[in-house]
Amino acid sequence: MQKPKGHINYDDTVISIRGLRKSFGDLHILKGVDLDLFQGENLVVLGRSGMGKSVLIKIISGLLNADSGSVNVLGEEVTNIAEKTLQQLRLNIGFSFQNSALYDSMTVRKNLEFPLVRNHKGLRRAEIDNAVETVLDAVGLSQTINQMPSELSGGQRKRIGIARTLILQPKIMLYDEPTAGLDPITCIEINDLINEVQQRYKTSSIIITHDMTCAKQTGDRMAILLDGQFQRQGSFDEVFATDDDRVRPFYDYNFIQ
Amino acid sequence: MDNPNSTNVHPQNKNSIVRGLTDMFISLYKIYLFLAKFFKEVFLPPYEWNEVMKQMYQIGVRSFTLITFTGFVVGLIFTKQSRPSLAQFGATSWIPGLVSIAIMRALAPLVTALIAAGKVGSSIGAELGSMRVTEQIDAMEVSGTKPFKYLVCTRIIASSIAIPILAIYVGFVAMMGSYLNVLAGEGTSFTTFMAQVFEPLSFVDFEASLIKAIFFGFTIGVVSCYQGYYADKGTEGVGKAANASVVTAMFLIFMEEVIIVQVAGWFR
Ligand SMILES: Nc1ncnc2c1ncn2[C@@H]1O[C@H](COP(=O)(O)OP(=O)(O)O)[C@@H](O)[C@H]1O
Ligand SMILES: [Mg+2]
Repeated sequence: MQKPKGHINYDDTVISIRGLRKSFGDLHILKGVDLDLFQGENLVVLGRSGMGKSVLIKIISGLLNADSGSVNVLGEEVTNIAEKTLQQLRLNIGFSFQNSALYDSMTVRKNLEFPLVRNHKGLRRAEIDNAVETVLDAVGLSQTINQMPSELSGGQRKRIGIARTLILQPKIMLYDEPTAGLDPITCIEINDLINEVQQRYKTSSIIITHDMTCAKQTGDRMAILLDGQFQRQGSFDEVFATDDDRVRPFYDYNFIQ
Repeated sequence: MDNPNSTNVHPQNKNSIVRGLTDMFISLYKIYLFLAKFFKEVFLPPYEWNEVMKQMYQIGVRSFTLITFTGFVVGLIFTKQSRPSLAQFGATSWIPGLVSIAIMRALAPLVTALIAAGKVGSSIGAELGSMRVTEQIDAMEVSGTKPFKYLVCTRIIASSIAIPILAIYVGFVAMMGSYLNVLAGEGTSFTTFMAQVFEPLSFVDFEASLIKAIFFGFTIGVVSCYQGYYADKGTEGVGKAANASVVTAMFLIFMEEVIIVQVAGWFR
């Protein structure tokens, strides 16, 4: 499927990162990362395993602290943010975890309700049910409402994970390897879902992936994390117009022979 | 300094001692932060009573069978084993009083706490540990749902309430075990037995036991939540969290037992 054109506003940066550094002990992961995410855009982040892609989006969502640099998300500086403000900011950030991170002990319905009822007190039962049904419908899994996460397939879990973030109607979506470990047909479905979310919920997204089809189908722009920095950014064709053997294999492995 | 090893004559030795000490202080500091966070959050609404009730029910269900069985057997065996010594002095009528002091002052809270440390501590450690490892806690965190309050505060409160209740129940069951043996041995009637049981007990005994049980319950809750909540990533993190919960909780329970008995002694 060809990627539908997003309505991107290049004058409006929803995430702006400058000189971000992060180390774990002697392990220097992020070495001065600069990155912008524009309003309405799907930005694909590529990079080898262990390069710190997950670390990057965990810093954006305040799960990890940066060592230095600035990370501005929707006008808030998350490297130096009050607990309350972070709490509010997080309602605008949807995080789709690599392993979906569904709550094992809760049904699909409870999983979806959980962020809603805990952030908005005093909602009526009908409002909650309505919200749950809407997001379940958006990810095409209405029939699973009473199932437990353990009864779902990998692709279904991924979609429920995405639905669970959509219920708070976030402005930003962070997808951590959304197609990893899924069969090709399910991958295409997830790619379509990511694009649908972009259109329907007007989100700006960062999509971490190794899957070039996913990158090509969902991304408006690519950024490749090499050696702790984003050394190549641009359109799909631009970033791969290179002989750099740290970059070529991503493309070659997925599309050739 | 870039590389501490380069100037050190015994890098291995010094490093491991320094690292061990550093780790200890870091974990003490982390436990301090954990407790501080608990006391900061626990008094703020909403109070999550539903979740607390659910957790109390879980704690009860998980340990009920074993606690009943153990309590009964402890009462029965303790009575049986005390009889020969007392019989030497022709003082078998002291049995109920002796047994009730032992059980009410020491055994009921201790037995309950040790069993709960095993059953409840390990399951809370494993449960929260696996939620940490599979990033469910992170998922709660990023959706603004305050997992600490929802998962940790509720469990600590629940075990601080449930363990004392279970301890009272164990005291009762143990006395039943004891009565069974007394009935078989001396044929004492139940009312006489009960009168003999309560005669040597003072209010301070109950109070001290109850306070002890609350401390034990709090300890089990804090230790197992801490271990689970900060479990290492990776599947082995879950097992380690469960195991460390039990070992640490039991160790602390024994320490507290000794300290509280000392302190209670001053009031008696
Ligand atoms: N909480 C953490 N503590 C210590 N090291 C970490 C932590 N999170 C990630 N790392 C390390 O940082 C590196 C980058 O991890 P990650 O961002 O998950 O890589 P990826 O690009 O594959 O997503 C890895 O070497 C990982 O071991
Ligand atoms: Mg990753």
